[in-house]
Amino acid sequence: MKTVYLDNNATTQVAPEVLEAMLPYFSDLYGNPSSMHSFGGQVAQKLREAREQVAALIGATPDEIIFTSCGTESDNAAIRSALATNPEKRHMVTSRVEHPAIRSLFANMAGQGYRVTELPVDKSGALDMEQLVASLTPDTAVVSLMWANNETGVIFPVEKAAEAVHERGILFHTDAVQSTGKIHFDMKKNVIDMLSISGHKLHAPKGIGVLYVRRGTKFSPFMIGGHQEKGRRGGTENTPSIIGLGKASELAARHLATENTTVRRLRDRLESDLLAHIPQSRVNGDLLQRLPNTTNISFEFVEGEGILLLMNEYGICASSGSACTSGSLQPSHVLRAMGVPFTMAHGSIRFSLSIYNTEEEIDFVIEKLPPIIERLRNMSPYWTSVAQACVSA
Amino acid sequence: MWEYTDKVREHFLNPRNVGEVENADGVAEVGSIACGDALKLSFKLDENKRIKEAMFKTFGCASAIASSSALTEMIKGMTLEEAKQVTNQDIAAFLGGLPQEKMHCSVMGKEALEKAIENYQGAPAKEPGAQIVCECFGVTDREIERAVRENNLATVEDVTNYTKAGGGCGNCHDAIRQIIERVRAEVKPAVQPKLTNIQKIKMIEETLEREIRPSLKHDGGDIELIDVVGNRVIVAVRGACAACKASDITLKHFVEAKLRDLVSPDLIIEEVAP
Repeated sequence: MKTVYLDNNATTQVAPEVLEAMLPYFSDLYGNPSSMHSFGGQVAQKLREAREQVAALIGATPDEIIFTSCGTESDNAAIRSALATNPEKRHMVTSRVEHPAIRSLFANMAGQGYRVTELPVDKSGALDMEQLVASLTPDTAVVSLMWANNETGVIFPVEKAAEAVHERGILFHTDAVQSTGKIHFDMKKNVIDMLSISGHKLHAPKGIGVLYVRRGTKFSPFMIGGHQEKGRRGGTENTPSIIGLGKASELAARHLATENTTVRRLRDRLESDLLAHIPQSRVNGDLLQRLPNTTNISFEFVEGEGILLLMNEYGICASSGSACTSGSLQPSHVLRAMGVPFTMAHGSIRFSLSIYNTEEEIDFVIEKLPPIIERLRNMSPYWTSVAQACVSA
Repeated sequence: MWEYTDKVREHFLNPRNVGEVENADGVAEVGSIACGDALKLSFKLDENKRIKEAMFKTFGCASAIASSSALTEMIKGMTLEEAKQVTNQDIAAFLGGLPQEKMHCSVMGKEALEKAIENYQGAPAKEPGAQIVCECFGVTDREIERAVRENNLATVEDVTNYTKAGGGCGNCHDAIRQIIERVRAEVKPAVQPKLTNIQKIKMIEETLEREIRPSLKHDGGDIELIDVVGNRVIVAVRGACAACKASDITLKHFVEAKLRDLVSPDLIIEEVAP
């Protein structure tokens, strides 16, 4: 059975070019870049190139790039550094819809005595700038707001937010794991202090991440060890993955236009056709301020896990914000923060595309999904009453 | 991804008895859309008062649908008295087991069955005096008590897996903990844990040392554990006890009573043959 992979916000395929670039550094070129011999030294040269490639993608300088093991580590390093370099400040600000990497970290800090403000979002998942500004105090050490939401794709105006935060002398961090490579941004044109990137969301392998730290920003390392990354992140470099991420960054810069034309068009077609063919369905999140590859659609009166498992029978991969799939008994915190009603939240499915998806794959999903929803609705005790109400009305 | 058994997958992909029985004898709806799963069960009896038809409609995950399908298959042909004996573990076992976190799906099936039978027999649908403990999922103290009792649950996490209670805001965790303690205290005497031989010998020795020897020594006597054979505790009396005419009585009324009280109620004390 062919796999139709529409779960690219969970993880992505390693690009063939990336894999090819990495392979020699597992086998022949295994040297340690810190070594004094040229066998290791040649790897250090490749790491420099990779750092330049990543920097080029986001408009940073190479010395602003710290390689980490993943997005979660980058988030931890950023927030812990912000707190360590502002020891007198005890207040932190974030939003209610952050990825667990930030959410759990902030909750953990709250447990250690920090005061945490979680900013609400409106029905479309948008942030209220006035509330952000109102939350800032002289005691605020750091504000962390995600650039784009992993579940809905909704984009926060983080560059604007960073200005408001920065002019009050407060550090601003953004989790840009989902937005990097999907929307264009240039760190020379904003005042964001720290930014997290994850390799496996942009066709590099799992186990590699980046923390951008703006030049001049005080930094206190989280991972203490050797002199690697200029002492800002100890540990022998993951050379194949760093080189892979360099290549992936180069490709991402090249594919940025495709993401916003071809991928966006495929996403829009998938979305509008599903809405047209399936009654009582709707999109969660702002339609415009949104990543080009993501759509989060709720199908009323059915439960997400059943939809996923029936799609799985056709090899279609997506994810859901339902309680049954979250493992927490409650539907997604993002949908709850947006006030999506329970009847809708439990039946939410996220499709996230990539440049590797084809028209045929989208056609296939548009063909297979409506009968799946109908089948589950025919089993649902709520659907009959609604259907009857519609007939009698 | 959940690790479902082939049987769960099969019942999810090909659910039996979906729908509503026409002119049903018993009907019940449990769960709610807010909670993420709900089940409507209906059944009809034949002339011998056995369940002739049972059908379901379920909103919920794959294991909720599979549990409902399994339940309707299981109860067909049963009398209501037989159906009342079906437990949530029976439903899970029918499916070859459910992931721990999904046991609440089998509990929902059991609840629906019970309420549908009550609906037919005209018993009160709501248990009198039940109090909502978990506001998020609308779970009562009675429901939690029963899940703890029937499934021998020990932690809040267990209770959440079986009833969903405590799976939301977490405010009721203390209340759930109290219910667990209360129920477990009730059932403890009935199901005393079976001791292994080593544990038993160790406990007997400890009890002799701590509770018995000091008193005997006070009177110039002593006791020594020679062997434990099944429930027979074989001892030798020493010192003043060995010559004491009342030592039989001491052994029965004092030593045996103490051991029965503190180790196991079926112990028999015997003096080693001289």
